[in-house]
Amino acid sequence: MAKKILMCGNEIIGEAAILAGCRFYAGYPITPQNELIGHMAKRMPEVGGVFIQSESELAAINMCLGASAAGARAMTSSSSPGISLKQEGISYIAGSELPVVIVNMMRGGPGLGNIAPAQADYFQATKGGGHGDYHLIVFAPASIEELAKITYQAFDLADKYRNPVMILGDGILGQMMEPVELDLKPRKNLPKKEWALDGHAKGKQKIIRSFFIEDGVLEQHNKKLQEKYKKIKQELVMYEAQGLSGSDVVLVAYGTASRLVKAAISKAGSLGIKAGLIRPITVWPFPEKIISDTAKKAKKFLVVEMSAGQMVEDVRLAVNGKSQVHFFGRAGGGVPGVEEILEEIKKLK
Amino acid sequence: MKKIFGKTKSLQDVKTHYCPGCGHGIIHRLVCEAIDELGVAEKTIAIAPVGCAVVAYYYWDFDTCEAPHGRTPAVATGIKRVKPDKIVFSYQGDGDLAAIGTAEIIHTAARGENITVIFVNNTVYGMTSGQMAPTTLIGQKTATTPLGRDIKRDGYPLKISDMIATLPGAKYVERVSVGSPKDILSAKRAIKKAFKNQIDGVGFSMVEVLSMCPTYWEKSPVEATRRVEDEMKKVFPLGQLK
Repeated sequence: MAKKILMCGNEIIGEAAILAGCRFYAGYPITPQNELIGHMAKRMPEVGGVFIQSESELAAINMCLGASAAGARAMTSSSSPGISLKQEGISYIAGSELPVVIVNMMRGGPGLGNIAPAQADYFQATKGGGHGDYHLIVFAPASIEELAKITYQAFDLADKYRNPVMILGDGILGQMMEPVELDLKPRKNLPKKEWALDGHAKGKQKIIRSFFIEDGVLEQHNKKLQEKYKKIKQELVMYEAQGLSGSDVVLVAYGTASRLVKAAISKAGSLGIKAGLIRPITVWPFPEKIISDTAKKAKKFLVVEMSAGQMVEDVRLAVNGKSQVHFFGRAGGGVPGVEEILEEIKKLK
Repeated sequence: MKKIFGKTKSLQDVKTHYCPGCGHGIIHRLVCEAIDELGVAEKTIAIAPVGCAVVAYYYWDFDTCEAPHGRTPAVATGIKRVKPDKIVFSYQGDGDLAAIGTAEIIHTAARGENITVIFVNNTVYGMTSGQMAPTTLIGQKTATTPLGRDIKRDGYPLKISDMIATLPGAKYVERVSVGSPKDILSAKRAIKKAFKNQIDGVGFSMVEVLSMCPTYWEKSPVEATRRVEDEMKKVFPLGQLK
């Protein structure tokens, strides 16, 4: 039977990564994910992996680029301002088709902002962030258990699709503690990556690149990437849906916001208001279909985010005018209260 | 008749895109010869820069990873830490290493990563049409210093190798030149030493190579070699710094 452990979210991410076979971590301290870098500093040497506290978040993502190019399961983590620094590296990683796991424990912004939790990096995570036509696979866990399971899966998916994967958390998820049974099997004997760089002793020169200057080649490369993203969209959408049938209002929220929304929905229920929830677990690929199908039944949508409104645009796109989409959010590190959300639900009944 | 000299195995038999009189062709040859003579071509991993040598992997036959501009030493760190038994080298120009990549090269040397760095210094940004580099000489005319580099506006050239030599993690730092046949022979010795150091586990080894850019110096290839002798060596003297 798996041991029940009590760790904060940041530490759980580290443990799950190690169980998934991550043996390279590079990062830079930034609140609210310092527990993760501290945990990796302690645990990586214990499992024969590499830990580097790099000189910047910029250096860390590039170290991961190298480690991944050499075939290792590599991870870096940061919070919003540091993730901004990583955007260049992320674009190169996506263009070079390298697997890297990137963790963003979001905080208030823009700029230096504050260290309170936020969800204001949704655009950055799902609409690019870095230059060029690429996508990250982006997960939005909402509990310690999900943080563990998703981090563990992230490495397999990154390798499977040869694509960077982002885990989009926030300061609350990173610091909160919930008991969890970590019944994840340690990944051993991972298959060899034929494309990884290790000297060409066994054959032809291998090149990891994102630069294709010859006429038409980059366009072909982009077509290949787009085919990959299409495949990911077909295979990887994850969401949780509850109480959709018979509901007056359907709320859409992810991560910590979804936990507050669930509490508000419960209170609404005791007042006789039926409210449903669609909780994206992947925010890229976005669960358009469930939202679109629900919109056909003319339900009102209420999107709740810890931002000035970012995911709401994707909800509006999926609803495509078939129904009303309302928004309630708190920006700059503000956390919506359960009562506040309940008031918004009441307004739409 | 017995063949006594030829193109070394790791130098691919293709035409390069480099300008006539450019130093890259010579430096690529020296790197390939050093690696072939040391017998480590099949376990070498190179990191290509952003600059005129961006497609160096078309010219040298080593497994190669591209890096974003300046991040080359960080990428090299990731590769070397994961594959410590491979021979990992970065090849960078003056913009890559001493402008945008200043933090990365200093910290890679400070950490004492056991890699080899080939630093090509031609005092100008060739790929982007001849702008000022951190190593551009005072008074030198470039696309962004049309009246000549001016101390007040543009500051002084950076002697980055001298700075790196002060770091305990940097084990071998030498400045060489490919501006004359005699200097090319010394450059080869230094480059080979920088690779041998990695094989022997000595630690971070860097060779700065003064090189020619006839196109953006607006000189003929021969005049360009004279500029290395008469002007560049005064600011960037040759020798072992560490």
